[in-house]
Amino acid sequence: MTLIHLAIILPVLAAIVVRIIYRYYRRLHLGWFVLLVPLAIFIYLLTFIPRVGDGQVVYETMHFMPRIGMNFDVYIDGLGLLFALLISGIGALVVLYSIGYLSREEHLGNFYVYLLIFMTAMLGVVLNDNVIMLYLFWEMTSISSFLLIAFWHTREPSLYGAQKSMLITMFGGFMMLGGFLLLQNITGTASIRGMLESVALIQESPLTPFVIVLVLLGAFTKSAQFPFYIWLPDAMEAPTPVSAYLHSATMVKAGIYLVARLTPLFAFSETWVWIILLGGLITMTWASFNAISKDDLKAVLAFSTVSQLGLIMSLLGLGALSVLTGANEAHFSVAVVAAVFHLINHATFKGALFMLTGIVDHEAGTRSLKKLGGLLTVMPISFTLTVITALSMAGLPPFNGFLSKELFLEAMIDIREADFASLASVSFIFPLLAIVGSIFTFVYSVLLIYGVFFGKRTYDTPKEPHEAPALMLISPIILSVLVVLFGFFPNILSGTIIDPAAMSIMASDTPLGTHLYMWHGFNNPALWATVAIVIIGALLFYFKDKWMFIYDYHKERFTLNHLYDQGLIYSRLGSRKLTDGYMTGFLRSYLVYIFLFFVIMGAVTFMNTGFNMDYGSLAPVGIQEIAMVVIILASLVVILATRSRLVSIIMLGAIGFAVSLFFVFFRAADLALTQLAIETVTTALFLVCFYHLPKRSKHPERMRFKTTNFIVAAGVGIMAILIGLTAYSNRLFDPISQFHIDNVYELAAGGNMVNVILVDFRGFDTLFETLVFGIAGVGIYSLMRLRLNRKGKQDETHIEEN
Amino acid sequence: MEIVIIILAGILIGAAVYLMLSKSLIRIIIGTAIMSHGVHLMLLTMGRLKRGSIPVLDEEVSNYSDPLPQALILTAIVIAFALTAYTLVLALRSYRELDTDNVEEMKGVPHDD
Repeated sequence: MTLIHLAIILPVLAAIVVRIIYRYYRRLHLGWFVLLVPLAIFIYLLTFIPRVGDGQVVYETMHFMPRIGMNFDVYIDGLGLLFALLISGIGALVVLYSIGYLSREEHLGNFYVYLLIFMTAMLGVVLNDNVIMLYLFWEMTSISSFLLIAFWHTREPSLYGAQKSMLITMFGGFMMLGGFLLLQNITGTASIRGMLESVALIQESPLTPFVIVLVLLGAFTKSAQFPFYIWLPDAMEAPTPVSAYLHSATMVKAGIYLVARLTPLFAFSETWVWIILLGGLITMTWASFNAISKDDLKAVLAFSTVSQLGLIMSLLGLGALSVLTGANEAHFSVAVVAAVFHLINHATFKGALFMLTGIVDHEAGTRSLKKLGGLLTVMPISFTLTVITALSMAGLPPFNGFLSKELFLEAMIDIREADFASLASVSFIFPLLAIVGSIFTFVYSVLLIYGVFFGKRTYDTPKEPHEAPALMLISPIILSVLVVLFGFFPNILSGTIIDPAAMSIMASDTPLGTHLYMWHGFNNPALWATVAIVIIGALLFYFKDKWMFIYDYHKERFTLNHLYDQGLIYSRLGSRKLTDGYMTGFLRSYLVYIFLFFVIMGAVTFMNTGFNMDYGSLAPVGIQEIAMVVIILASLVVILATRSRLVSIIMLGAIGFAVSLFFVFFRAADLALTQLAIETVTTALFLVCFYHLPKRSKHPERMRFKTTNFIVAAGVGIMAILIGLTAYSNRLFDPISQFHIDNVYELAAGGNMVNVILVDFRGFDTLFETLVFGIAGVGIYSLMRLRLNRKGKQDETHIEEN
Repeated sequence: MEIVIIILAGILIGAAVYLMLSKSLIRIIIGTAIMSHGVHLMLLTMGRLKRGSIPVLDEEVSNYSDPLPQALILTAIVIAFALTAYTLVLALRSYRELDTDNVEEMKGVPHDD
């Protein structure tokens, strides 16, 4: 347990304290106490920057479950530190913002406890070297996200969104666990660093394609990539600070983190590269296209987040390409730098945009673009901040989004120069998708600014809008300042944070020496791409009303949401149908299943083991025994055929007495006695009940049932005969009865061996058999005497049940 | 002899299964009783039949039939009897309360044949 471990679990520890504070002290908003936690972690993490910048790594281990290789191994390198700084830094800003956003009437205790759990979970994911432990924290993020989305748990959409995100991310999480376990199997270690040393094993293993698909399922579901992005727009039912924190800046980047972290392990594989590259680009274009049609501000931002995550994902795919092809390393290391840089930029501007949306929602009472408009003069500060961040999102100079978008376009255009055959004919599709996606991004960014702040002032907002309080504006102001700062001076990041992170993604030790600058010269194709994006985007925006009709063709029936909903409904229906199909409620059905299973298993066993019979010596058959056999068979036939209960009872008695005669013939005197007595009593019991018994002992049955019954019964009978015959003829060793025979007098002082066995050698059997008898007696007595339910009352309950 | 008894026991068990699959509660109880007979016979046969005299100590006899299966069967007979008696009374009681001994009607579904 070191200070780093403590820093990771500090939020969870603080959650306990916070809950106690909330219970006893409410004068001050709870958020102020919570704010200290991420701030402390952020400042502590800042001290690592010089060490990590020098290429050192920090590794601390703590035993947790060493037997299964599950240890709390903290590992801090450039990538982990970057994410941890984002989590704690934006966490602090979000907590600050939430103090203004959430009133004291809300369940603040719950809110901050969930948020703090999430913080620990996220820090645990990114500062971890152990895949199993990583999975633990990964699921913790899913659970805390579920709790936060359903924070307003009396609203139907919140519950729907929470359930959806839970199902999808948990599905991915389980898949990922499968991938991790396979990986552990291949390499023999759960440590990511240890796996890096045995990349050769991974490359050779036939299981690797499965590992890749499983791990990527985890990453794609968490990071809301196509086609799993559908949970993110529904997660917007969460309070806005949660959307800003979890669903734009941190949790949805867990998948990105995973892909970046495992790139050195899997980059050799074409599957890995193509899934990430194409999946990312498709997500980016599709989501940015869909963002335009949305009316809700948060929905626009949700799709925009999906789109930007796709962008980062595709850049990571391009980075992995550099390892795959071997050559062109310099070309593609740009992609990794761009991915890391855009990751930071996206966290800043998207976090700010969500907070601004929250402010608009808070002050105007609605997030619908139809109802908002003309707030420019009312909310000037929010307007300025929105312009800065939205233009950064669109990728315009002089903001930081421009720099990373330029790098992105550059990398995507450079992909055509990669020299490998499978790509040559279709390589134009990558820059094309990237540019189309960027055009849509530009359109919705402008739409966001225009829809809220320009146009005619609509007066149908639920609240009279006015500028937000200073408390809510601090966080977006800080983020917007960072947007501008990183735009003008990107190199304060490049040496300290971006390079170490990029180096750990590529697993290289050579310093990159990245130098980011705004102006790349006129002969840079990315610049012209940006110009084209702006022009086409502006035209599209201007003629928006002319082409918006194409969204009408995108019917509800064809969406992935519809597919998900129907899937949920039909899986529920299907399982009910299935259960109703075999759980009929009839005793007969269940007996048929049981007996059929017995017959089938017996038949399979016989088929596999063969049938071996050997009868050395059999006892002679006597005429009196044959007579008994005939009597028993005849009685059986009568029982099966008769409808009279009296005949059945008498025939049952006949069988019992015949059996007791068998016992006489087979030298079992005590058995014969007992059987005679018991059979008499049984028959007497039946006759005592005779008056009350139903008139008929047999109900008419359909022929189909009779046939099935006969087949099943015959099968069981034949199986019993076969088992009896084989068991009898295959004796493996002598019985132990000789001991009883030899010692019956010496040890137990008795002559009747059966009785001595019953009360002396195996007395316990007899004891509990007596107990069974007693229980049956008590049971019968209480059955006859106890009348808890009156007849009328019983009828009532019956009606209620029906 | 053993083969005859094994086959007889098998037939008893098969017939018992057929009875247990029927709708009438009485027939089901008779079925369980018959099945216990079949099982007891099977148990006895497994210890070999008629290989010696009654297992009561006698100076002149050196060859007894196997006493162990007999002790087991004796226990089984008593337990089977307790069970039969209990289920019989249970059936009686349910017949009085529910006015039917048809197990399908007990579910609340009118039989349709």
